[in-house]
Amino acid sequence: MRDPDFHHALKIVRELCIGCTHCMNICPTEAIRVKNGKAVLIDNRCVDCGFCYRVCPVNAIIVEQDDFDRIFEYKVRVALVPAVMTGQFADNITTRQIHSELMELGFTHVYEVEQGVEVLYETMKEYLENRKETKPLISSFCPAIVRLIQVKFPALVDNLIHLKPPLDVSALDFRRQLAEQGYDNNETGIFYITPCAAKIAAVKSPVGEKNSPITGVINMNFIFNKVFTRIKQRKGNSCIIPETRNLTGRAIMWSLTNGESTHTGGRSLAVDEIHNVINFLEQLENEEMKDIDFLELRACDESCAGGVLTTANRFFTVERLKKLAARAGDGVTGNKKDNNMIERAKTRLKKQIPIQPVRPRSMLKLDEDMAEALRKMKRVEEIGKCLPDVDCAACGSPSCQSFAEDIVQGYAKLNQCVFVQRIFEKKGILSSEESFSIMKEVWGSDKLDKNC
Amino acid sequence: MHYEYAIEGGNFSKAGLASSEVKKKLRQLNVDNQVVKRVVVALYEAEVNIVAHAYNGTMNVEIDEEKILLVLQDSGPGIPDIEKAMEEGYSTASPEVREMGFGAGMGLSNIKKNVDHLDISSEIGKGTRVEMITYINRGR
Repeated sequence: MRDPDFHHALKIVRELCIGCTHCMNICPTEAIRVKNGKAVLIDNRCVDCGFCYRVCPVNAIIVEQDDFDRIFEYKVRVALVPAVMTGQFADNITTRQIHSELMELGFTHVYEVEQGVEVLYETMKEYLENRKETKPLISSFCPAIVRLIQVKFPALVDNLIHLKPPLDVSALDFRRQLAEQGYDNNETGIFYITPCAAKIAAVKSPVGEKNSPITGVINMNFIFNKVFTRIKQRKGNSCIIPETRNLTGRAIMWSLTNGESTHTGGRSLAVDEIHNVINFLEQLENEEMKDIDFLELRACDESCAGGVLTTANRFFTVERLKKLAARAGDGVTGNKKDNNMIERAKTRLKKQIPIQPVRPRSMLKLDEDMAEALRKMKRVEEIGKCLPDVDCAACGSPSCQSFAEDIVQGYAKLNQCVFVQRIFEKKGILSSEESFSIMKEVWGSDKLDKNC
Repeated sequence: MHYEYAIEGGNFSKAGLASSEVKKKLRQLNVDNQVVKRVVVALYEAEVNIVAHAYNGTMNVEIDEEKILLVLQDSGPGIPDIEKAMEEGYSTASPEVREMGFGAGMGLSNIKKNVDHLDISSEIGKGTRVEMITYINRGR
């Protein structure tokens, strides 16, 4: 059985791309190549971490979102907002103010994603308790990390925790609540305001779930601009009072680094930023690190506060959320009403929180057939000996190693290497005109038809 | 395919690099995940043994369609009693090494658990040779 292809929220706009290699060089899974002067995405390698989006100097990489006007196709229009949204604003702008601006924009309900945290927290406690023999259990909170493990660390898929992230838990619960209030499920649109590309991909093609309870996804920077403009222009004296239940400190901090690991007990560790995560998982696979019970892994530096679609400085976001969390406290236990609500939600959602096991989809293999893979590997080694090992990327691949693999797989030709070209020219195998046209194939005419 | 890696005695910051390289190769060859896992765990243990106890060593890796043959040869103090060294919990590691999280005395027994064939020969004052074989399709 084959998985359907990954849906990617990241798209490269050909017309804007200048073929500068920034994205190719930063990509942690070597999922980008340059062809005809434009960056090209290799679908089954991309994990939607969004690092390419961050470094693109000409905004040629976009995060595809749903059209905002789509919300008006629904009678009940729910904005599902993560706590880091509040962290985008200065201290003097309250969560309530932000939420009422969202209602001014056209939403009928505003809920916070982290409302689902307490239920998830309780479920996770039991889950961890029951699966103590698997070490370490890895959180499936960050969708970019789930995908990274699928493609790059296939041996670790069984370590992933099979529970939905707070986003899906909350969306399910709000859907049910609204239905109970008499709203038609088909007329209810739940729109998630996302801080990153990976969450979009996870909603559009969920891993371990059949389909997502979320209707659409809108980028946080887009919504931030709309809300902040209203506040700046003093249109902001909104009278709408959104009905919000206060989050616990734990819930506010959940999406930040150490948000989960401080509550999981045992020996728990948090690692953020995808390159750090890759290094860590390399070591973990060798079993260099033993006796870790729980791992919280996040693709972005400072976790969701550093999401690629956030606007504010991530450290300010963390600071603000910490202040809010300190004020809120973990006061669930004190409040009987909240406690009862969580208990009820737990019973309701119990069957819905688990997800199916996640399957590996290794991108590393040279061939399905091992004999063929061995032959290809030998070729890669031979080609490698001809290459300069400078990783200049002038061939259109991110490194000499990946270039050698691309050649063997038929995606590139050896004479695309500028060093090999010089060697061939000296030997008389290749003329400089031929080299020139080869480079045009990789980089397009713009870069080579210059008057120097 | 044949690969050779040099292992530096006493340098723990580099311990594990050769194992990671081999792991990458096995993944590219589409070797079953569980087999890769076992090989890498055994290999890492053996690599760390050389780093912890010997002056220097080499790791030779031979991969074909049937099996993965790993030979680790070091020049070092040698193992006086191999049978005893195979026992779980037996360790000669210094307190400093233990403090770094190594030397719990699980090394050789852990290797044995993870490979299909293990052969250790050692000469006191000269060095140790560890040969391990893992069959790729066994038990699939």
